[in-house]
Amino acid sequence: MELPTLQDLNLAVTLPSMGLALWACVVLAVGLFLPERRRHWNLVLSLGGIVALFLYNLTLFDLPADRQSAFLGMYRADNFTAFVNLIALVTAFFGVLMAYEYLKRTHIDRGEYYPLLLISTSGAMLMGASGDLAVLFVALELLSIPLYIMSGLRRPNAASEESALKYFLLGAFSSAFLVYGVALVYGAAGSTDLSEIFHRVNAGLILDQGLLLAGAGLMLVGLGFKVAAVPFHMWTPDVYQGAPTAVTGYMSVGAKLGGFAGLLRVFIVALPAVSGAGDATGWQDTIALIAALTMILGNVVAIAQRDVKRMLGYSSIAHAGYILMGAAAAGSPDVRDFAVSASLFYLLAYAFTNLGAFAVTVAIEKDDATNPQLDDFNGLSKTRPVLALAMALFMLSLTGIPPTAGVVGKFFLFQAAVNAGMVWLALIGVITSVVSAFYYLRIVVNMYLREGPGEAQAQRSFLGVAVGLAAVGTFVLGVAPVLFLDLAQRAVLVALGG
Amino acid sequence: MEPAPLNISAYVVLSAILFAMGALGVLIRRNAILVFMSVELMLNAANLALIAFARFYNQMDGQILVFFVMTVAAAEVAVGLALIVVIFRTRRSINIDELSRLKD
Amino acid sequence: MIEIYLPIVVLLVISVALSVVILFFSRIFGPFRPNRRKLTPYESGMTPIGPAQRRIPVKFYLVAVLFIIFDIEVIFILPWAVVFRDLGAVALVGMAVFIVILLIAFIYEWKKGAMVWE
Repeated sequence: MELPTLQDLNLAVTLPSMGLALWACVVLAVGLFLPERRRHWNLVLSLGGIVALFLYNLTLFDLPADRQSAFLGMYRADNFTAFVNLIALVTAFFGVLMAYEYLKRTHIDRGEYYPLLLISTSGAMLMGASGDLAVLFVALELLSIPLYIMSGLRRPNAASEESALKYFLLGAFSSAFLVYGVALVYGAAGSTDLSEIFHRVNAGLILDQGLLLAGAGLMLVGLGFKVAAVPFHMWTPDVYQGAPTAVTGYMSVGAKLGGFAGLLRVFIVALPAVSGAGDATGWQDTIALIAALTMILGNVVAIAQRDVKRMLGYSSIAHAGYILMGAAAAGSPDVRDFAVSASLFYLLAYAFTNLGAFAVTVAIEKDDATNPQLDDFNGLSKTRPVLALAMALFMLSLTGIPPTAGVVGKFFLFQAAVNAGMVWLALIGVITSVVSAFYYLRIVVNMYLREGPGEAQAQRSFLGVAVGLAAVGTFVLGVAPVLFLDLAQRAVLVALGG
Repeated sequence: MEPAPLNISAYVVLSAILFAMGALGVLIRRNAILVFMSVELMLNAANLALIAFARFYNQMDGQILVFFVMTVAAAEVAVGLALIVVIFRTRRSINIDELSRLKD
Repeated sequence: MIEIYLPIVVLLVISVALSVVILFFSRIFGPFRPNRRKLTPYESGMTPIGPAQRRIPVKFYLVAVLFIIFDIEVIFILPWAVVFRDLGAVALVGMAVFIVILLIAFIYEWKKGAMVWE
């Protein structure tokens, strides 16, 4: 047997995710020995690592074919990976920035927050890069386990602990589904390599069709839990409500990004040939149905919420539905590449917008461990006009009203669905977007038309910077989407070899 | 040495039964630790299937994957037990029906 | 296929039957004069001091978790050690990274006081 050398492993292209995980170890070790008054080094080190890897990651687009694979095919370094890395690093950047002062003023300034966040981000990045089911599984756990701990960071606060335990039990439950799905797919195809599975399935070299279908279904359940798709969404509002707000903000984007990156990898690279009607793949109808249910339930239930974090939880379910629409559209071979880039673009737009919305929520939250309510936004435009303007922008973007990132992202997703012949799904998307205006714009109304004290914490601070950057990102993606769309369109997913 | 021919369907059925028992346990049990033990049972059902398939195809992939599943299960145990201990300290109970502070 | 399990079934049946027979006959023919002392659980001759299912101090949980974490690494080190000579430098570097990560976790534990009993 030919033994691999260090060059064969091609470590350089894995640096964004691997480097981030190792850097997390450094931050953890340094954080241990930091005295109280030097705590800001946690922030400096984390942000430094994220920015450096972000810049390095920009060089990883359009690698030559022989450098697109690392660890003997287990790690794929294509444009999809690079784009997922880009979104993940943006998410981690905001996650660190909006947490720093929040953790201090709520007295949960535990140094572990930063390394946990970095490790979780590297898990999300690895999910996008996985070329093997083993990597997918380990990456999913790398993403999830730190999130369980982060949700419970505010102990001994009962709500935070409860959210952590709920998230943990349901998360472990869902990963058990994923593992069993992996086992069955491996049993059916005789390989855990995604490209290899594709070729075996395509050539009809599988042990048993039922085994493959069951495996694919169980993996869909496991990943559906992670991205909070109906009917696997029950944990989302509770966990979002109980976890510390900065963690919720990070989680709402990071976990979803990882889940969707893994979902697209598995179902588009490995399993497109699972038998289905006509040209489309077998899972297209299933995912389309889940997408429709997710959009409807998320948007409708969100209307009834008074708690801002809970409302944003249901809103995040709804957005998972929109992205699932892109995943469903990718089931048609003709639309596949367009649908993948549309989903990626939407994930980026969602990252900026949702992180911005959560940053403002962090600013609104009081120090006394009560959750911000919708009425806490009353009169914010009088006291903090810039903050209110930014929040209005985020709400418009989440609804899908120009000139924001959200509307461009939704436009591409709807177009992908229509191109894939699923006009009904696109129609549901449009209608539920209109419904969503009801609860998103209520915050805008509260801020601008209602009277109230309108208190907020963020002065000129890191949190303010986070809100500002998110607003800029949301706006720029809305008026000049070409900048990132070009990158997203180069991210195609395809099995190797043949 | 050629491995003996393997009746793979028996292993798949057994692992499916174990998996179903674990899943049922998660849904029925009310004690957080027992719920978690049921999850471990589901993971071990997957391990059994992986090992059987690895033997069936006469390759290592499945066995190596089992190593990772075991490692991850250990990491989950560490985090999960810590969370359960923390919850017990605050509430003197780990009945998951009593976890109902968070709702509409 | 299934026939090879027949001896096990036979063994099971015989052992169950034997224990039933023994219990049944000793109950019928043997003297049965219980008192308080005799009915207490057998604890190797000691006087029982409490219920068998006591709560265990939570400190043991920490020991258990530390044990699991450093125990599970063996499943990676053992196969590695078996084929180490054939794999050469790559395997050495890989294991070095693995050990360094564990070392950082160990330092973290130590510094956080997880090793202190009180």
